[in-house]
Amino acid sequence: MAKDVEIQILDDVTVRFAGDSGDGMQLTGAQFTNTTALAGNDLSTLPDYPAEIRAPAGTLYGVSGFQLHFSSSDIQTPGDSPDVLIAMNPAALKVNLKDLKPDATIIVNTSAFDSKNLRLAEYAVNPLDDDTLNGYNVIQVPLTDLTMKSLEELRLSNKEKERCKNFFALGLMFWLYNREVDATIEWIESKFKKDAVLVQANKNALYAGYYYGENTEIFSTRYHVEPAKLPAGTYRNIQGNEATALGLLTASLRAGIPLFLGSYPITPASEILHELSRHKDFGVKIFQAEDEIGAICAAIGASFAGSLGLTTTSGPGLSLKTEAIGLALMTELPLVIVDVQRGGPSTGLPTKTEQADLLQAMYARNGESPVVVLSANSPADCFFMAIEACRIAIKFMVPVILLTDGYIANGSEPLRLPEIDELPEIPVNFRTDPEGFYPYTRDENLARPWAIPGTKGLEHRIGGLEKKNIQGGISYDTDNHELMIHLRQEKVNKVAFDIPDLAVDGDSEGDLLVLGWGSTYGAIREAITHLRKKGYKVSQAHFQYLNPMPKNTGEVLSKFKNILVPELNLGQCATLLRNQFLIPVIQFNKVQGLPFKVIELENKIIEILGVPNGK
Amino acid sequence: MENNNVITPPDSIGTRVEQPVKYTAKDFSSGLEVRWCPGCGDYSILAQVQRTAPEINVPKENMVWVSGIGCSSRFPYYMDTFGFHGIHGRAAAIASGVKIANPKLSVWVATGDGDLLSIGGNHFIHACRRNMDLKIMLFNNRIYGLTKGQYSPTSEKGKKTKSSPHGSIDFPFKPVSVALASGATFVARSMDRDPKHLQAMMARAAEHKGTAMIEIYQNCNIFNDGAFLHLTEKELKDENVVYLEHGKPLLYGHNKNKGIRLNGLTPELVDLSKGEFSVSDLWVHDEHDINPARAFILSQFIEMEHFPTPLGIFSQIQKSTYDADVEEQIAEVQKTKGIGNLKKLLYSGNTWKIE
Ligand code: SF4
Repeated sequence: MAKDVEIQILDDVTVRFAGDSGDGMQLTGAQFTNTTALAGNDLSTLPDYPAEIRAPAGTLYGVSGFQLHFSSSDIQTPGDSPDVLIAMNPAALKVNLKDLKPDATIIVNTSAFDSKNLRLAEYAVNPLDDDTLNGYNVIQVPLTDLTMKSLEELRLSNKEKERCKNFFALGLMFWLYNREVDATIEWIESKFKKDAVLVQANKNALYAGYYYGENTEIFSTRYHVEPAKLPAGTYRNIQGNEATALGLLTASLRAGIPLFLGSYPITPASEILHELSRHKDFGVKIFQAEDEIGAICAAIGASFAGSLGLTTTSGPGLSLKTEAIGLALMTELPLVIVDVQRGGPSTGLPTKTEQADLLQAMYARNGESPVVVLSANSPADCFFMAIEACRIAIKFMVPVILLTDGYIANGSEPLRLPEIDELPEIPVNFRTDPEGFYPYTRDENLARPWAIPGTKGLEHRIGGLEKKNIQGGISYDTDNHELMIHLRQEKVNKVAFDIPDLAVDGDSEGDLLVLGWGSTYGAIREAITHLRKKGYKVSQAHFQYLNPMPKNTGEVLSKFKNILVPELNLGQCATLLRNQFLIPVIQFNKVQGLPFKVIELENKIIEILGVPNGK
Repeated sequence: MENNNVITPPDSIGTRVEQPVKYTAKDFSSGLEVRWCPGCGDYSILAQVQRTAPEINVPKENMVWVSGIGCSSRFPYYMDTFGFHGIHGRAAAIASGVKIANPKLSVWVATGDGDLLSIGGNHFIHACRRNMDLKIMLFNNRIYGLTKGQYSPTSEKGKKTKSSPHGSIDFPFKPVSVALASGATFVARSMDRDPKHLQAMMARAAEHKGTAMIEIYQNCNIFNDGAFLHLTEKELKDENVVYLEHGKPLLYGHNKNKGIRLNGLTPELVDLSKGEFSVSDLWVHDEHDINPARAFILSQFIEMEHFPTPLGIFSQIQKSTYDADVEEQIAEVQKTKGIGNLKKLLYSGNTWKIE
């Protein structure tokens, strides 16, 4: 008999699943996300996992977390502070407690609060017994024991049974948030289809969790979040790296040339390599090279031979590719380099996020060596900016660096799927006519002809030595060198006329413009939305094109008294702005390997504006 | 138009239906003034390549020469084919990309001992390991020429150069050993001063499917003059060189009276004139031996006292090539999964509609 439960309607919830890196928290979070997406909420996710693959169980540094923010309205970030924490062990509780809202709900797996785990989590006293958790709504559930009990009948080892506890937790959360279990059941059936016992076990655990919510007196309230009113269309939930990969693939199909990816595994970029490797049915060629340099050099060779040459990496890999990027820009071949930024310098913080490769992308090459630099705003935006990077590379015969970062690469949000013909055309014209052919003639965009091996009569040589203008042979002529330096620069400058203007959200003049780039978009957006409701007048602009910057940038900047540039570095974009426009900008920097919290940005904006300045 | 089908390389390009025209050596000359030092061994190598190229039956627009940095790496500029002068050490990686992107191309690498074995060592061994269908011509002059004379990874230990005034303390690489150990499927050695032999080696490499490495002893008359004199000078050559010929015994010397026999795994020099051994006791060269052990022993001769230097093909074996396997795997996947459809892919997984 079902008990009386109240259903409470919420606008907005942030939950965090936390446990050992072996507890399946990423999977649990992904399943909850999937079901939430199908229920029509807007959402944003952020996994947070240790750099070690399987850190020792129960330790503080072995805690893996997955945060999900879902809402009935438009949202942009995974949420500053969770409303709900599912803590699978004491370490997970300890690591995450400081992030929670003061009145958050904590579901703790009491089965894991034994003396060994308490010691590993460095708790002298069991936090469930003292006042550590005062003020929180603590719900104690012996998750592991209940899971084992629900699987008593099954012929599985205790270890295997214990591993199903994440599905118990998931089932409980599904009940609490009034969700359907169907999509997860389907997933379990296909994932474990080779092992009927495991299918049964995970299903049992999921239902046991669900009915635990339904039947025990512990829970008197269920929550409901209405579907969000997003623009009409078909949606799918997508992670940034997956979106980047699909964008690259889409670009090659729009261009009608084969995709060649040269890559070397590196955190947090490897998923792009994995995703593209799954799509050989599209004829994509994937070369997992011996090192980062081999990866980019092979991509350059493939571009020379008429493929869409791509390479994907993270900061340390970009450092290694430096010389080869110079070669691509000297030989004026299309090449896209994706840098999924992580905490640096050196090996740094591989699984954490940062925006500190901007100046590396801009300048880290010998000589005068301009390349096009783009960035993506969000997980879904990776799809569109990946296409844009390829479009520009091909049109201008130039290397393009696309900057994403660990935060949006691993995070996810709904992507409104485009109709194929809404996507940009990417025309490719290989040169075939030998009449009047020289490798360094230029079209109206200053792009040189793409003349690929196998084309009769176009035999020619290119390389890293300075080229003679038009004719393309080696030239040590000093005037010619200067001319070529200018031509290469001018070509990159010309891209500014081929990209959208910098758009301003809010008034186009005023006291404050918050100007960001890349993955800070969502947090800035939410901060500004909140503040506007409180009567602050503040405008937002966000770069997706960093080199060249949109041609109206100077004009936009000139209309504001203050320009605030929040960045996850020590002020790299601010440096570019000061340098190009000779204007003062206010920096707001954070380099903790973490994204901005919305509240941090709100506080900074209030500090600048003082009292509400709107009407 | 919906453009969501699979892409194959542009077919008008890279394939040639007509019979290849008959070329002459001159057709392969780009006409660019050659800028190596007068007397440099590179001239001879260029001449032999241009002489052999017409014989290998590849339309010249399908031939690509890729190089790194160094004296030898200027090579592509002098060939009237497609050419790519890369960056130091990376020729094998660039060439791999070219070959995978369009396997119909005949892809050649011109490189030196510094370029291939020092800064580019990693790309070299991995190209060999993958059996990438590249023809690698290693111009080994045992010195850094372009940077004006420092010891290289093939310089003999103790070599006095500008960067080793007291003698180098590095042990040298034996390039043939490295190539064999890395899995190259065609490994040969020749010399700039032996035009006929070099042409023959190049023709054989061209026929081979897979990684072909030819080590070419090349005289740098400016910084390491005479490094191979004992192999090239008429009076010395016969005593110091043994030509490897498939199915033939290892026989050398002025009067063909010296030979090498294999005692277990130990090679021994024997003098046939003494009557103790006859030709039938000698090691008979088998270039197709799939066990690399004997080829490897041959590759060690250059460091063994009194042993002659082998020239010729150490090993040629058949293995599938990386570039062909890439094509095959794609075809296989397309056969089982069907040809990819973009719309289907984008809309796959869990999607939902908002009206
Ligand atoms: S330095 Fe030596 S290898 Fe280089 S061109 Fe001159 S002679 Fe030839």
